[in-house]
Amino acid sequence: MKSYRKSLFVAVLASFAGTAFADINVGVVVSATGPAASLGIPEKNTFALMPTSIGGEKINYLILDDASDTTTAVKNTRKLLTEDKVDVIIGSTITPNSLAMIDIVAEAETPMISMAASARIVDPVDAKRKWVFKTPQNDVQMSTALVEHMTSAGVKTVAFIGFADAYGEGWFQEFSKIAEARKLQIVANERYNRADTSVTGQVLKIMSAKPDAVLVAGSGTPAALPQKTLKEKGYKGAYYQTHGVANKDFLRVCGKDCEGTFLPAGPVLVAAQLPDDNPIKKVALDYTAKYEAAHGKGNTSTFGAHAWDAGILLQNAVPLALKKAKPGSKEFKAALRDALEGLKNVTVSHGIVNMSPTDHLGFDQRARVMVKVENGDWKLIK
Amino acid sequence: MDLQIALLLGQDGIVNGAIYALLALALVLVFAVTRVIFIPQGEFVAYGALTLASVQAGHTPGTLWLLLALGVAVTLIDAPASLRLGKARFFKLLGWQAIYPIVIAALVLGTAPRDWPMLLQILLALAIVVPLGPQLYRLAYQPIAEAPVLVLLIVSVAVHLALVGLGLLFFGAEGSRTPAFSEASFDIGGLTITGQSLWVICASALLIVALYIFFEKSLYGKALRATAVNRAGARLMGISTTLAGKLTFLLAAAIGTLSGILIAPITTVYYDTGFLIGLKGFVGAIVGGLASYPVAAAGAVLVGLLESFSSFWASAFKEVIVFTLIIPVLVWRSLTTHHVEEDE
Repeated sequence: MKSYRKSLFVAVLASFAGTAFADINVGVVVSATGPAASLGIPEKNTFALMPTSIGGEKINYLILDDASDTTTAVKNTRKLLTEDKVDVIIGSTITPNSLAMIDIVAEAETPMISMAASARIVDPVDAKRKWVFKTPQNDVQMSTALVEHMTSAGVKTVAFIGFADAYGEGWFQEFSKIAEARKLQIVANERYNRADTSVTGQVLKIMSAKPDAVLVAGSGTPAALPQKTLKEKGYKGAYYQTHGVANKDFLRVCGKDCEGTFLPAGPVLVAAQLPDDNPIKKVALDYTAKYEAAHGKGNTSTFGAHAWDAGILLQNAVPLALKKAKPGSKEFKAALRDALEGLKNVTVSHGIVNMSPTDHLGFDQRARVMVKVENGDWKLIK
Repeated sequence: MDLQIALLLGQDGIVNGAIYALLALALVLVFAVTRVIFIPQGEFVAYGALTLASVQAGHTPGTLWLLLALGVAVTLIDAPASLRLGKARFFKLLGWQAIYPIVIAALVLGTAPRDWPMLLQILLALAIVVPLGPQLYRLAYQPIAEAPVLVLLIVSVAVHLALVGLGLLFFGAEGSRTPAFSEASFDIGGLTITGQSLWVICASALLIVALYIFFEKSLYGKALRATAVNRAGARLMGISTTLAGKLTFLLAAAIGTLSGILIAPITTVYYDTGFLIGLKGFVGAIVGGLASYPVAAAGAVLVGLLESFSSFWASAFKEVIVFTLIIPVLVWRSLTTHHVEEDE
């Protein structure tokens, strides 16, 4: 009898160990501190709201902060892959980090879902990028929306002022390409730093070029400075911002100086204003409701929604992969990658995803809307 | 580029330069008296601005908890020694490091500083942030006051990183602005001068004059100067180097915090804004060889002007141009002065 009990005990223990082994480990790399913290913090918060099991398997989210630093992102990725043996990596927040992580996940044959904007992360899909997917819209999609809006509003000349880093540079390249094709003339191209206390020089240069409109390519509250300075110096043209500013703090800091500003954004920003027949509305409202319940009203940002979308992709792909292999194995990672690549018509908070072997983003025109700042809030324009 | 643009750029450069000048003075002061290269100087700028902003937004500023925590730490460390020196010493310690933070905390939590007039809010922000200076000196620098400059520099880096991290925790990643002291603006020959920029320049000038009077006329100022000239000699004359250190950090913290409060209406301040501002002040201080106050102030104004004009001509290379200024200055200084190894 005694030995029977003992063996039962061992069996129970073994079964626990068994389930522990079968858990799906999701490694997350976010930039929760450093220059990209305003993007990374809502992303980090979002993982706490994600389901703890998919297809009956427990999901563990292992979250590491890369401090917006490329070296740390690479180090964290290696640690997650070798020590924690994760099945999939989500991250990082910003483009340079995500680009650096591609080699490592490809080497470890582990799928990765990036939350950074640049198209270069998944394009072209080659031997390495075959493992990489991403959830945010490409800059080119957003630039197209901007240029379309400008040309239809009769803007002939535009001035560009952007961050003196990968974000501003990337935007300028995409934007100038499309602007050139649409006969929109860029009359000034200026740069400033996130931490700059004054952009008077750049603003004066822009104003002496007399553009019909100004595009500010910055993210978060630092994007308010050029616009405030332009207003102060009496610039009367149209103002455009990028989707990088889509959070509440930007409206708080920019205040009345940002009234009437146009920007392209993911539909989640104005989820409540979407028409009811839009399938994105339900998914986006579900996310904002969950996020605001945990972090206060009006605090959702589109960046957190990118993390949420990565979660939705997993929820759709993991059950398919589970049919083929056990979590923790090499085969499971490969099956998960195949499942992600095969996702069709998945509605996420930013759009509708149709992956293919040549497109690891899968968004179409439904993934962006034009938004105007009106009465200190975002207003969807048709 | 016409005259009006040049004037506007010049005005912008001088306003920024005035802030850099204040920070340059604080850096020179701290280095001269304590041999500490005070990298966290910039953090006081950010803390000052953001504390004021969060008071105005009706939040409890996180710096309040830092003040309380550092106060408790200093009390615990200093209590045994001060008890040995007598009850009066102990009560003085208790008063400044324990009761003072509690009173400030009660004031913030018990009343609604959000509705106070702006002047009182500014005083409150100063009352919260400035004491952090001497507290940091007590905890981080005083135990190693005699260490080589390099060790002090490394400690400065550590304190800087800790304060930036705490800043992110306290104030979040996004920046803040505060309302201007005055909405007035003057139109002189097509050149618009805002009231706030006059405030910055006047306050900086006043502060520099006040510092001059303090160092020339008051006993404490003379004691600080004596410590700067010769530490051992000042000690032999009965000047406490510990007191000098604390006083220096108090002044540096006050200058930094005030700078932050002055620029908060002009620009958006982030938890990590201070470092870059401090660094530009440091370039100014280097021009003055970390020793001369007037040259440091002039150097800082030069940095401000250079920054403003280079942002017009080559905005992508602005920082490169500003920080490259250090190289010719260092070459010139190393050619004109005889360097003596200071580490004894």
